[in-house]
Amino acid sequence: MTTLLDRLGAARKANDLVRLGEAIPYAKWMNMAPENTTGELLTRMRYHPQLIGNAHLPALHGGTIGALLETAAIFHLLWEMDNAALPRIINITVDYLRSGRPMDTLARANFTKLGRRVASVAVEAWQDDRSKPVGAAQLHFLVTPVR
Amino acid sequence: MNDEARPRTVFEAVPGDKLELFQKWFSDTIPHNRALGLKVTAVHKGGASMRLDWEPHLVGNPETGVLHGGAITAMLDACSGMAVATVMTRAQPFATLDLRIDYVHPATPGQPVLADAECFRLTHNVAFTRAVAHHGDPKDPIASSAGTFMLGTKGMAAVGQQAARIAAAEKGKIK
Repeated sequence: MTTLLDRLGAARKANDLVRLGEAIPYAKWMNMAPENTTGELLTRMRYHPQLIGNAHLPALHGGTIGALLETAAIFHLLWEMDNAALPRIINITVDYLRSGRPMDTLARANFTKLGRRVASVAVEAWQDDRSKPVGAAQLHFLVTPVR
Repeated sequence: MNDEARPRTVFEAVPGDKLELFQKWFSDTIPHNRALGLKVTAVHKGGASMRLDWEPHLVGNPETGVLHGGAITAMLDACSGMAVATVMTRAQPFATLDLRIDYVHPATPGQPVLADAECFRLTHNVAFTRAVAHHGDPKDPIASSAGTFMLGTKGMAAVGQQAARIAAAEKGKIK
């Protein structure tokens, strides 16, 4: 059986972002997948009725935007770091900036600082207009090998 | 202060089987909470508790079976929001402004996650919450959160018209 890290390494080597997304059951269930159509790594959360938090507006559940921001940060770490360890999340601070409409949401992560033990990552999520983000987050990950 | 002058919270105005009603308002009728399978396990004025059962599709790392942080984020957001609703004096829509979560310890695979949230301060515009996710002992948390919610946002209250009607009817009874 190949390990998750092996599969991630193979996906990275083959430059196959799709395989990266498929390795994480929760990301699949949430309709989240990394893509690279514009020369930068974006994570897309395809709209699905189960993502709704307020059926009257309607608006996406805040938790789904938080989850997308976190997942985008993880994909960024897995893709950018040639590390033999899975990043372990320490914390996340999410700012909810606008209500998420029932449509696809995209997220882009960047390293604020990549240290030896801790990676600090900033993520922004938007829908049809990148200049109008629906949410932003700052996250810390432990990036040392386990054990 | 006599009973009439004191503003009654939405929670106090809800009669009968509160759990069943809150389960309806905060899980069954909220598509994502329902999809996660969130169960409302306790409610009191200022506090809410929920349970999230372990499911294979909520896993972040298929090798260990540990839940993805995103599922816990959504749960803490939902549970904190419900705690806010219990202290409001009228049904009004509100939305998360920010949520900070510390992931203290990975969740144990196969075990349900329990969350306890409290709304410890309600102002005219903003509600402040804290919450913990755990496996049965809140002193040994999986995650701990601090959140703020904006009150009076667009849309319809999660504790929708039904709660407002019940609250109004109950108010009528006091007179």
